Amino acid sequence: MDVTTDDPKAAEGQHLLQVEDLHVEFRTQYGTVNAVNGISYSLDERETLAILGESGSGKSVSAQAIMGIIDSPPGFITKGALRFRGTDLLGLDESERRSYRGQKIAMIFQDALTALNPVYSVGFQIGEMFRVHRGASRSEAKKKAIELMDRVRIPAAKERVGEYPHQFSGGMRQRVMIAMALSLDPDILIADEPTTALDVTVQAQIMELLSELQGETGMGLILITHDLAVVADVADRVAVMYAGKIVETGSVFEVYENAAHPYTEGLMSSIPRIDQKGRELNPIRGAPPSLMRIPPGCPFHPRCPYARDVCRVDLPPLYEVSASRRSACHFFEEVLANVEGGLTGGR
Amino acid sequence: MTEDDRTKPQATSTDMTGIDGDSPLPGGPPTDAPEVGEAAEEEVREEEQIQFGAEAGLQTGGTTGQITAATGGDVPLHQASLWGDAWKQLRKKPLFIIAALFLVLFTVMSVAPGLFTSQDPRFCNLSFSVDRPSGSHWFGYDIQGCDYFTRVVYGTRVSLLIGLLVVGFDVVIAIILGSIAGYYGGFLDALVGRFADIWFAIPTTLGGIVFLNLLGQRGLWQVSLVLVVLAWPTLMRLMRASVVSGKEADYVMAARALGAGDWRILRLHILPNGIAPVIVYATITVGIIISAEAALSFLGVGLQLPAISWGLMISDAQSRILTSPHLLFFPAIFLSTLVLSFILLGDALRDALDPRLR
Amino acid sequence: MADEGNGRPAPERDVILKVENLVKHFPLTQGIVFKKHVGAVKAVEGVSFDLYRGETLGLVGESGCGKSTVAKLLLRLEEATSGSAIYDGKDIFKLPRKELRALRRNIQIVFQDPYASLNPRMTVGDIVAEPWEIHQGRMGKAERRSRVQDLLARVGLDPDHVNRYPHQFSGGQRQRIGIARALALNPDIIICDEPVSALDVSVQAQVVNLLNALQSDFNLSYIFIAHDLAVVRHISDRVAVMYLGKIMEVGNQDQIYDRPTHPYTQALLSAVPVPDPAVRGERKRMVLTGDVPSPANPPSGCVFRTRCWKAQEKCAEEVPALENRGFDHPSACHFAEIERVVPV
Ligand SMILES: Nc1ncnc2c1ncn2[C@@H]1O[C@H](COP(=O)(O)OP(=O)(O)OP(=O)(O)O)[C@@H](O)[C@H]1O
Ligand SMILES: Nc1ncnc2c1ncn2[C@@H]1O[C@H](COP(=O)(O)OP(=O)(O)OP(=O)(O)O)[C@@H](O)[C@H]1O
Ligand code: SF4
Ligand code: SF4
Ligand SMILES: [Mg+2]
Ligand SMILES: [Mg+2]
Repeated sequence: MDVTTDDPKAAEGQHLLQVEDLHVEFRTQYGTVNAVNGISYSLDERETLAILGESGSGKSVSAQAIMGIIDSPPGFITKGALRFRGTDLLGLDESERRSYRGQKIAMIFQDALTALNPVYSVGFQIGEMFRVHRGASRSEAKKKAIELMDRVRIPAAKERVGEYPHQFSGGMRQRVMIAMALSLDPDILIADEPTTALDVTVQAQIMELLSELQGETGMGLILITHDLAVVADVADRVAVMYAGKIVETGSVFEVYENAAHPYTEGLMSSIPRIDQKGRELNPIRGAPPSLMRIPPGCPFHPRCPYARDVCRVDLPPLYEVSASRRSACHFFEEVLANVEGGLTGGR
Repeated sequence: MTEDDRTKPQATSTDMTGIDGDSPLPGGPPTDAPEVGEAAEEEVREEEQIQFGAEAGLQTGGTTGQITAATGGDVPLHQASLWGDAWKQLRKKPLFIIAALFLVLFTVMSVAPGLFTSQDPRFCNLSFSVDRPSGSHWFGYDIQGCDYFTRVVYGTRVSLLIGLLVVGFDVVIAIILGSIAGYYGGFLDALVGRFADIWFAIPTTLGGIVFLNLLGQRGLWQVSLVLVVLAWPTLMRLMRASVVSGKEADYVMAARALGAGDWRILRLHILPNGIAPVIVYATITVGIIISAEAALSFLGVGLQLPAISWGLMISDAQSRILTSPHLLFFPAIFLSTLVLSFILLGDALRDALDPRLR
Repeated sequence: MADEGNGRPAPERDVILKVENLVKHFPLTQGIVFKKHVGAVKAVEGVSFDLYRGETLGLVGESGCGKSTVAKLLLRLEEATSGSAIYDGKDIFKLPRKELRALRRNIQIVFQDPYASLNPRMTVGDIVAEPWEIHQGRMGKAERRSRVQDLLARVGLDPDHVNRYPHQFSGGQRQRIGIARALALNPDIIICDEPVSALDVSVQAQVVNLLNALQSDFNLSYIFIAHDLAVVRHISDRVAVMYLGKIMEVGNQDQIYDRPTHPYTQALLSAVPVPDPAVRGERKRMVLTGDVPSPANPPSGCVFRTRCWKAQEKCAEEVPALENRGFDHPSACHFAEIERVVPV
């Protein structure tokens, strides 16, 4: 899909972030892993975009591409554009690129323990951002660190600023990561499964913190997750990924009310819900493909109950379902007609 | 992927049971599967899919550790058969191939030295003493006037034998003691651990000098014994560490939950999965032991004449290094090549078997 | 104690496993040669529950609350510090070695991580047949093969794949292999320790459905450990909520999800997001503050009091017993009251 033609905002570079036809591959010695195969989306200020997909669907890689932190080799961005307020990040040299990292676009990771350096105190690591990017002195940096720890609601920030990562619980470590990410007031925060390793009670705290912080700063938030319930709770828009492609995108309300892609529909009918008992689960059969051998035609066809002959041959483009909605399925109308496939009001 | 792969159904795929689909599950809930004919075809596709995955798994397992680290879930990429993969990787490494070829050469040399020289290493003629290398006698003659090439070739046997013997024994000791210490833990572990520490603390050469002096008689067996005693702790510790981590594996828990006995668990579940690092290090140790033997012989506390050993030859050569450098050069080159071959082999194995790269 | 009205579905159903006052302390030691005890991790602190024949008991709670430890104790993969677990008239923890082997036939386990729970060096056939080898000695090649194939087919795998290795299967398929292994000896009870947590969302339901189907076919009782409360609701008849090694509340599915009385249960349930954007913001949230205290040094009185918004002096002084407090199921809170937190 050529995004620029049907999106006036994109043409004028008004989106905060505009991802266009991004392709990322990993050339390993055993073959090419096509991790991201032409995804396009946009993000605006104050918006939360959820990228939903199963393990290995290319969610993290697409985020790493935006951050410019893909290991290369083996990873290569082979095609596409990443426009931050109209500037194509891929056209910048490494030093210009670095000035975006952290300052304009920041990222938090799933595993906060391994992302923090065990030998430096938490306060030092938060303050480091100020020393490196803003040339702050040690004591200034420490003051800033305490301020930030307060902002991410770490209790007793003053006392804990000198403690080390292992002295923090998982939830608190994730807060430290968030503090570091927010230290330079980025315009975009990418959260890669920020709560997957945490308990539900802590997950709720972190998600609440993120949306509060978003309210305060007006940043755009890209939330990467495989949890449909978390998406329903916080996202404005959702992009569903499968085998390195976006198969459906739209507002959360639309998508959850009635899926327009068989994969989304399958996901929704296969998850149990806390507010329903005895609802039958209809799993998607089979397992996701290896990204080295993506099936020809529609990548979902081996698992798709709607599949026809054409699906094995023709790769479906992102069809326009409505002004704000796209589905990469030849038969999206049929999928839409099946009203069983939604989660909203399904009780 | 060629068109061919894509369309060729797998042999087993006619089976309706499917490999992962839930639809054919007896007693399972109905799914909105398409009509039978279509379903059968679906199964074919699905099967194909899985096959791709499996292949990919075998192929990637070797080196691209980041794949697993990065995704934690791209199903088939996770684990492949360790040794099969290692072999595939090794075959492509020139250093491994060179090392392996040298080792084959040395092995043949020590088993059948007659293939390389028709002379008797103990047949000497003093009139040729320290003659320089020539066209018919490539390595020249030693002090006694024996053909030096023949002696160097015959010296291979002792070095290789001691290296393999010592490491072979040490591996057995390591497996037994390491398994006991690692598996049972507690007091036994502490006991074995401290005992190993004592021996570990003694530097090999120094320990060798002291013990061999104590032994008085110093043949192949005595030297081997002393080296065995000095070299086992490192291998044992490796084995122990492997067992300790293997013991925690879920499949070991599962076997225990099934009522499997200790012996079965060690033999079937822990050892096959934990032996790799020991084998890697053992390979390197063979090289280390061979050079240790040469060092001891050189220092005059190892093998004694009339044994034919590179260490002894080097020792004899040292006083004539300026007048007859070939006496030092040839055994030293053989020695270093053999030692290096083992170390390279171990190194290549380590890379190929590194669990982080699996 | 846990007996009276703990939400058992039907009074005449027989108890297959009766766990009473289960305790497990892991000693904390210092030093290598001369070990010095410097305290204990109180992983399980007096857990009691009944398991009925043919039911699924869900065991939920945050990470580190002792769920897996309970599983390991019941399988005697760890030795209990004290307590009893009566199965078939005998206390599991007092069984001599020989009878323990017989117990292994009847209580089995399915693990969380489908990658770690199968020996990568054994074929699927060897893995599934291992239980028979251990308990019935070697059997004929043909017989073994056909029995393995039956089981594989039963769990939805291709019987022709007996000679494949685990890495040739996907996560969901491996979990099926693990289930086949657990089924091999025809057990009465299967303890599932987070059997679907590591699986892809689209594959989880396949395994949940399989477990459901097997339960009715083989009349199995499950102890289903999970932290995903939605999955637990889906599969369980009764649910026990654990916190810091203790059961806070136990009851049947409706009692726990629709009429929770313990503040911890309420907080836990209210934290679970509902996959429906339409109810966003309408739900009551009880966001817990602070962290779970260390099990090496749990709070006095009610262990939940450091995070409880209803805590009073009494809570610090008196340990609330898990007992009936005027509702239809027991709760370990001095001030238990029903609060609906899951939308209907
Ligand atoms: N450094 C790398 N080298 C080779 N392949 C890689 C590398 N990093 C990622 N990949 C491949 O890219 C694919 C997509 O990975 P990605 O991390 O984006 O998945 P994901 O959707 O984030 O999944 P998860 O939910 O498991 O995090 C994976 O299949 C993986 O094999
Ligand atoms: N072998 C052990 N030695 C010492 N402490 C242990 C041991 N095993 C478990 N523990 C401790 O016991 C407590 C309970 O652990 P357990 O594994 O039962 O928790 P869990 O509820 O299963 O958590 P999760 O959801 O993370 O699996 C934890 O604090 C853990 O650190
Ligand atoms: S294009 Fe065909 S195979 Fe792909 S999702 Fe749509 S119906 Fe299914
Ligand atoms: S006993 Fe007290 S502290 Fe414990 S849950 Fe009840 S009110 Fe809260
Ligand atoms: Mg990821
Ligand atoms: Mg656990």
